[in-house]
Amino acid sequence: MSKKADFVKFDKVDKSYDGKVLVVKDLNLDIEEGEFVTMLGPSGSGKTTCLMMLAGFETPTNGEIFLDNNPISNIPPHKRGIGMVFQNYALFPHMTVFENLAFPLKVRKMSQEDIEKKVDKALSMVSLGGFANRMPGQLSGGQQQRVAVARALVFDPAVVLMDEPLGALDKNLRESMQYEIKHIHESIGVTVVYVTHDQGEALTMSNRIAVFNDGKVQQLSSPDKLYEEPVNSFVAEFIGENNTFGGEISEISNGTCKVKLEKGEIIANPISVKSVGEKTTVSIRPERALINPKDKMDNNQKGKIEEVIYHGDHTRVRLNLLGNSEFILKVPNSSQNLDIKLGNEINIGWNSHDARALDPK
Amino acid sequence: MSSETGKILTTDGIPLEESLKQAEKKNKIKAFLLVAPLLLFLIITYMIPIGDMFSRSIDDKMVTNMLPKTYKAMETWDGKELPPEEVFEAFYLDYKILVKNKTAGKLQTQLNYEKNGFKSVLKKLARKQKKFEEGNYKEQIMKVHKRWRNVEYWRAIKRRAPSYTYSKYLKGVDMYSNEDGKIVQVSEDRRIHRILWIRTVEVAFFVTLFCFLMAYPIAHLLATLPMKYSNLLMICVLLPFWTSLLVRTASWMILLQQQGIVNDFFVWTGLVADDNRPEMMYNKTGTYVAMTQILLPFMVLPLYSVMKTISPSLMRAGKSLGATPAVAFFKVYFPLTIPGIGAGCLLVFILAIGYYITPALVGGASGTLISNQIAYHMKSTLDWSFASAMGLMLLTGVLVIYWIYNKLVGVDNIKLG
Repeated sequence: MSKKADFVKFDKVDKSYDGKVLVVKDLNLDIEEGEFVTMLGPSGSGKTTCLMMLAGFETPTNGEIFLDNNPISNIPPHKRGIGMVFQNYALFPHMTVFENLAFPLKVRKMSQEDIEKKVDKALSMVSLGGFANRMPGQLSGGQQQRVAVARALVFDPAVVLMDEPLGALDKNLRESMQYEIKHIHESIGVTVVYVTHDQGEALTMSNRIAVFNDGKVQQLSSPDKLYEEPVNSFVAEFIGENNTFGGEISEISNGTCKVKLEKGEIIANPISVKSVGEKTTVSIRPERALINPKDKMDNNQKGKIEEVIYHGDHTRVRLNLLGNSEFILKVPNSSQNLDIKLGNEINIGWNSHDARALDPK
Repeated sequence: MSSETGKILTTDGIPLEESLKQAEKKNKIKAFLLVAPLLLFLIITYMIPIGDMFSRSIDDKMVTNMLPKTYKAMETWDGKELPPEEVFEAFYLDYKILVKNKTAGKLQTQLNYEKNGFKSVLKKLARKQKKFEEGNYKEQIMKVHKRWRNVEYWRAIKRRAPSYTYSKYLKGVDMYSNEDGKIVQVSEDRRIHRILWIRTVEVAFFVTLFCFLMAYPIAHLLATLPMKYSNLLMICVLLPFWTSLLVRTASWMILLQQQGIVNDFFVWTGLVADDNRPEMMYNKTGTYVAMTQILLPFMVLPLYSVMKTISPSLMRAGKSLGATPAVAFFKVYFPLTIPGIGAGCLLVFILAIGYYITPALVGGASGTLISNQIAYHMKSTLDWSFASAMGLMLLTGVLVIYWIYNKLVGVDNIKLG
């Protein structure tokens, strides 16, 4: 069975609630069968709206959504066969865990025997075997979450949507649930569309991440690519930590460019700049800049240490570098003896490849 | 568990429970003092009046107090034949005082309740007794009216001997204890109270039903509309609350009367002929319409407060799991609103069962309820003990309904806000 590359397809989808503002603009997105795709973005970026359109609770203002090549805009939610996990679980409080899980099977008129089998299987999948007769109110947040996941999967939907399902959990539980959901996805191979504003969650769980901002997908790629190779300054800024320099291209040749800053000049990797004179924002990940580099690097600058914050496994150092007093360095906590003291001047070096010249902010 | 905690000591060696009690004592006293005024208020305005109502409803001292000598003399009379001379004498002496004090009228009324025709007999005796001579009162009284020879009348007096009676309660359900002390129904043409009880329950039931049917969608709208519109709608729902009950009832009279606005409209649209205008007031229809409108907010508000807490994502979850909107509604949404339905129905039913002004004004003869009958006895016949008895029967009925409701749904499930 070959996997369809466009199992879920958003085709030129626009969405507006009031006829004045587009919350989703010209969205084109293909999701492969069995893939775990996360829609990541700040609140108000349109990601939840996309999910709701896919679930059928909102209709696209323009464009069409295809599920397995069938347009679904005119299919009501209950006929789409899409499982959904809601932000606050949305478990039916008047039903037991068993009845909650049996609900989608009962409305599909399955036999009692099949229902019991399937519910048992789904419950053991989320390791809640003995909880069938509890009421949702008697469960902890994490357990409710697992019931919600099991309920969304129990009727074998082709696609499962998850709308910030871990938002209400505390940090430790959230992390363990991330792995649990990821493992469930891997073991049953269902297509998952996941919405979150937590980049850590997105990076941990997804095959691909669609970064939303302002109603548009800014970048759709795998977590590592997203982090290492952001295509614009929003993505660079939104995913992980980022040091930026605003400047102007003064020279551009194959593979490198020179960016003139207010004070000084750096060599960078031209990503979204093409010609001399263009404004740009150069983005450098904190861990790509090294202190006193041994190897030869094509950017070497001196910076003054303004703040040192101890983080256990690493130390964050804030520098004043080339007029940017917010330049952050992450120094691993190792036996290496570096002279990191407040007020000291240190040598910083990085490769031009890691300094990405993106669109201006 | 508690036996274990009993052994735990605080660092000072005092048992933990005791120490806790002492620490909490001040707070408990404070809490009690805070609710004390309310408690006092409830006792004065609720417990005492109900107690008074109860004692009034069974109180039958009036006749006993008016004829002290008679009842003393009657103690040995077995009631089979005419009483002996002493009873006649005692009755003459008691009655003489009553006539002199001009309070004989009350006795006449009271004894007439017991035996029809007693009033005229007593009135005649009041006139004739002035000329009575001393001694042999039996002969003299029997001469005044031949009915005095009838033992029934003496038995009627004797029946009023006890200071307490439940006869008012029997009367409330159209029954009485007859001459032989048996409890029997009154003759068919006089059974008015039972009709009223049934009608009261029927009206309360249907008003509750209509209120529920109308309030459910309104409450749902209120709970789901955006704030801007729901506030406006809420004001519309509450507006009747801010208008006097009398004004509202009076406006229904304007609307519903035969020459009223609704009828004019029907005639104008040609639905009814001008000479055949339907009567929508001074009957049950009027009572239903007006009471439903007036009691509607009491249904809307508890429903709204419950629906407000139901997350819209529950319905969405239902639909996403494959339930049609109707199935999702009946399996998911509706069961969650039951606490509100229970509270609203109970509230409206209890209010409706004791409703007074509206049925009095728009109900007419066929639309009056038991409370109107109570008021009638309070104001017109001045039979307060009967009014009290019926009031208590109504209260008991309400408590029974509450009890049944508690058994069926559970009062813990009620949600008023």
